[in-house]
Amino acid sequence: MTSTRSLPRPSVAKPRPAMRTRSLLASRLPVWSMMILGLIGLAVFFLYPLLANLYFSFTNYDLAGAPHWTGLRNYVYLFTQDSRVGKAALNTLWFVVILVPVRMVFSLGIGLLLSRRKTARGFWRTVFYLPALVPPVASVVGFVFLFNPGTGPINAVLRHLGITGPLWFNDPALSKPSLLLLGLWMAGDVMVIFLAALLDVPKDQYEACELDGANGWQRLRFVTLPNIRPVLLFSAVTGVIAALQYFTEAAVASMIANGKTGIDAGTDQLLGYPDDSLLTYTQWMYVQGFNSFQLGYASTMAVVLFLIAAAVMAVLLRRAGLFTKAQG
Amino acid sequence: MTVRKRVLTVFAEHAILIALGIMFLVPVVFVALTSVMNSGQTLTGALWPKPWEWSNYQRAFEKAPVASWFLNSLLYAGGSTLFMLVSSVPMAYVLARVRIRFANPIFFAVIVAMLLPPQVIQVPIYVLWAHLHLVGTLWPLVLPHLFGHAFSIFLLRQFFLTIPQEYTDAARIDGNGEWGILTRVMVPMAKPGIAAASIFMFFQSWNDYYGPLLYTSENPDNWPIAYGLASFHGTHSTDWGVIMAVTVLATLPVVVVFFFAQRVFVEGITLTGVKG
Repeated sequence: MTSTRSLPRPSVAKPRPAMRTRSLLASRLPVWSMMILGLIGLAVFFLYPLLANLYFSFTNYDLAGAPHWTGLRNYVYLFTQDSRVGKAALNTLWFVVILVPVRMVFSLGIGLLLSRRKTARGFWRTVFYLPALVPPVASVVGFVFLFNPGTGPINAVLRHLGITGPLWFNDPALSKPSLLLLGLWMAGDVMVIFLAALLDVPKDQYEACELDGANGWQRLRFVTLPNIRPVLLFSAVTGVIAALQYFTEAAVASMIANGKTGIDAGTDQLLGYPDDSLLTYTQWMYVQGFNSFQLGYASTMAVVLFLIAAAVMAVLLRRAGLFTKAQG
Repeated sequence: MTVRKRVLTVFAEHAILIALGIMFLVPVVFVALTSVMNSGQTLTGALWPKPWEWSNYQRAFEKAPVASWFLNSLLYAGGSTLFMLVSSVPMAYVLARVRIRFANPIFFAVIVAMLLPPQVIQVPIYVLWAHLHLVGTLWPLVLPHLFGHAFSIFLLRQFFLTIPQEYTDAARIDGNGEWGILTRVMVPMAKPGIAAASIFMFFQSWNDYYGPLLYTSENPDNWPIAYGLASFHGTHSTDWGVIMAVTVLATLPVVVVFFFAQRVFVEGITLTGVKG
């Protein structure tokens, strides 16, 4: 292919500043043309909404009129008067402190088992990874049916064994643990990352360990875990951030288990079923913002969520300095 | 370790693996079996279809606009993937290979945009689409990808970094500009990475529930399959056989693509797990 580029220009003894700027611009033009779409995106779909959201959080705004400045009133309401936001935050906290670590330990366990297999490792990896690909809505619909107290196959099997099955998704005390089971079934994405990291641990370290007479637990503690630490940290942080925005599984489970649907048909009553046990922070934010159109208040909830997520992210970004550097 | 103990360990590990494997497959098997049961059977906790009610799949298309849901999912997922490639491949290349000013702050912004929960910036973006009168259409779901997708930029950049610098240098000496290096050297060499990013983007849009809930719930003509499936239950609440048939249909494309592109997929997901 012929290059459209001209031959190098004969050097000019003293280029005038204006000309130098122009040629510099010309040489940088392709680079900026490669970035322009992404930079517009960062400005319009990231920086602007971040700032606008902060402004909205101090206003009363319902989309019909202009935002009306109300100072700290939304914040006061959030922390002192909104009784359901507290419940919702506690439910989200449950997923952060239970779901995330249990999922990680479970994935690490399966990863360790698979890393010791010499045959059919690919087959097993597929078995454990496949559920993570299933659309979450499909997984939830399937699980709520399987665990349906009266007619579902799981309780039917338990009945055959002479056990009266629990109410699962219809019991406020068991609805979150039922979603935990679903979360474990969908943990394959974490497992695949752990498995790759486990297979990268240098073999000679294990051999040295063996020579020192270390047992299995010591091998895990002093060789395996230190080696996969960056991966553990990354997955803990992304897991916590995902749990902070836990929405789809809880919302769909509530709707299906309730036997009703249509998020717009009396969403307040529908979400969180049974008994607000599945009402998460982001669901309550959705109801406030896009059902009641209290956009100002939803923005206030978003600011609080941002502060928590930013604190979690700071841990990752400070530990992994590599991450924040584009080059080098 | 004695031989006896070693044998026992291997045996125990196998047993655990097989038990777990069965537990992972049981939900899939039950859902698939239920999708071919008649409605009477599904309400009695039956475990085996009798008779095999294949007409559930046909009835799914009659009872709900499943074909239209599929089309919308294809538009959403296909459009997002195409737009993402146009915007994110060049940006990822610059961040991986070209020395520019502000590279670090730009990359930092990409990382934060990738990690931040989307709900944090949801309100102003919704207001934007509302002012453009596009709420109710698929545009708010598809169009933003024309302006870069943070996760894809990150993933592609990680992949570009693995391509030896010598290739870039050689192409530059041959007189290629940045676009020439990208299209003639980097893209052909990064095909697996680009394939992985495309598949991730496609699946994420195909599986998305929150976006369609926010933007298209008011207009059933534009529902994708994931949203349609969640709402299907209400109108046919006892017809579990048909519901499971739609569940299987929604999942099938994802599974088929996975089996065709398994290697690319696992490589891609491993790359996201951090290697600086």
